[in-house]
Amino acid sequence: MRSEPARPSPDHHPSTRRSAPHPLIEVRALVKRYGTKTAVDGLDLVAEAGVTAVLGPNGAGKTTTVESCEGYRKPDSGTVRVLGLDPVRQAAELRPRIGVMLQSGGVYSGARADEMLRHVARLHAHPLDVDALVERLGLGSCGRTTYRRLSGGQQQRLALAMAVVGRPELVFLDEPTAGLDPQARRATWDLVRDLRADGVSVILTTHHMDEAEQLADDVAIIDAGKVIAQGSPEELCRGGAENTLRFGGRPGLDVVSLLKALPADSAAAELTPGSYRITGKVDPQMLATVTSWCAQHGVMPDRISVERHTLEDVFLELTGKELRS
Amino acid sequence: MTTTGTYTPKPGAAPLPRMIRAQAALETRMLLRNGEQLLLTVVIPTLLLVLFSSVDIIDTGAGEAVDFLTPGVLALAVMSTAFTGQAIATGFERRYGVLKRLAASPLPRWGLMTAKTLAVLVTEVLQIVLLTVIAFALGWSPHGNPFAVVLLLVLGTAAFSGLGLLMAGTLRAEATLGAANLVFLLLLVGGGVIVPLDEFPSGAQDVLALLPISALSDGLRDVLQHGAGMPWGDLGILAVWAVVGLAAAGRFFRWE
Repeated sequence: MRSEPARPSPDHHPSTRRSAPHPLIEVRALVKRYGTKTAVDGLDLVAEAGVTAVLGPNGAGKTTTVESCEGYRKPDSGTVRVLGLDPVRQAAELRPRIGVMLQSGGVYSGARADEMLRHVARLHAHPLDVDALVERLGLGSCGRTTYRRLSGGQQQRLALAMAVVGRPELVFLDEPTAGLDPQARRATWDLVRDLRADGVSVILTTHHMDEAEQLADDVAIIDAGKVIAQGSPEELCRGGAENTLRFGGRPGLDVVSLLKALPADSAAAELTPGSYRITGKVDPQMLATVTSWCAQHGVMPDRISVERHTLEDVFLELTGKELRS
Repeated sequence: MTTTGTYTPKPGAAPLPRMIRAQAALETRMLLRNGEQLLLTVVIPTLLLVLFSSVDIIDTGAGEAVDFLTPGVLALAVMSTAFTGQAIATGFERRYGVLKRLAASPLPRWGLMTAKTLAVLVTEVLQIVLLTVIAFALGWSPHGNPFAVVLLLVLGTAAFSGLGLLMAGTLRAEATLGAANLVFLLLLVGGGVIVPLDEFPSGAQDVLALLPISALSDGLRDVLQHGAGMPWGDLGILAVWAVVGLAAAGRFFRWE
């Protein structure tokens, strides 16, 4: 394959030239079945530069989607473009430009951490400094230990190092912090932030909400083989989801009167005597309405709290399922 | 700790020869580091050669025992590396996602297979040097055309590699481990390595003679012990096994 002349990418082809550069990843109507099981069911996903989190419960189709982008899975139907390339047919062009971290494994059981990392570096034209990367990810302590005797956290960090050592444009991380202790998790997050700051795009799958909230510019929520919502963490938490305002006061306030002062789609209730909850579009205006209603009724509200919806809530509302973490 | 720009993208594949060289070096190191592999590829052939040359247990026909045994043990060495060792190692690489991870690297799949073949050849050269030195120490006096010997070894390697990769690429890793060892043992006994084929009943002999290990040990013996020219029959059998094995491996090998 490599001996053939390089095939021009679609964007350079006169008949298909587009004004804007192609998105980082463009998945259209992707369907992938394993036997009778449909893993991905007409999935659409567009990802731009930056960090994109693919979020969903186990079995939602995250790994199949990412592996279709990496060129491991041939779609049953639909199209996949990564950096404007077909990951299956133009694999030789794509592979030097991406870095891949598999969910597990990928290393000779008899290889040492630095030996394997050095090897992957040798397969690339301009690799990172291996010693610096080993130190950065705390792999120096692995010494002469072979892969099968490394701890799970060390194996994860080695896989992460292997994904970035070739200085790729785009890195795929499949559940990069699964099974890591909090400290190792934070170290992985720091590296993802550094990659982003240096202009490397990252696609990461996770079922940790906080991970998506912390790292991602863009979040795609996948359930049952489809993207059911996509946007920045802020957009997803704002859009559609109702927020909550809680306050305390004397028991037995007239919540019906309070509700009349509020926008039409709000709800108010006294949960336990003296403890009130309002749900609806909680914005500064609503907060002012509530406090002025309290002032009119001679109530001193205490313990006022506004609960922003988390991605967890959004996910629950969209799918009726808890994310397992 | 990190300066800005460390990770700035600068992608690119290394030149193909460098990738294949690096991969072959790594594969060879993995083979030579594995204790169980060394038992199969070095310890067992060496022990068989030394033991049966110095102790008169089996009837090796007329002439010195070492002249009969050395060609058989060389054939066994080829089988242990190209078939048994390669099948087991590749089976577990497949199981543990090594093949999958490398498939996402700039190294093309055929480059990986080329590197595996080079690693097998390097290991075989080391085995052959070791066994030859030991055989000379035991009084071995080889004859024949070195070119015919090399041709037999290369075709034998191709035949065993095809069969080993077919097994590694289709069976579960544990099944490959068991089956590859079992086949090694059966072919060691029934393939003319240390027990001459004419010790078997004549009906069985005809079948056993078609095995790749029999063709390789018989061909090497014809040349090295009896000074024959080109053992065309044995070369033909090996060529058929090589073509069938490699074609089947190419067709049925699954990377994950």
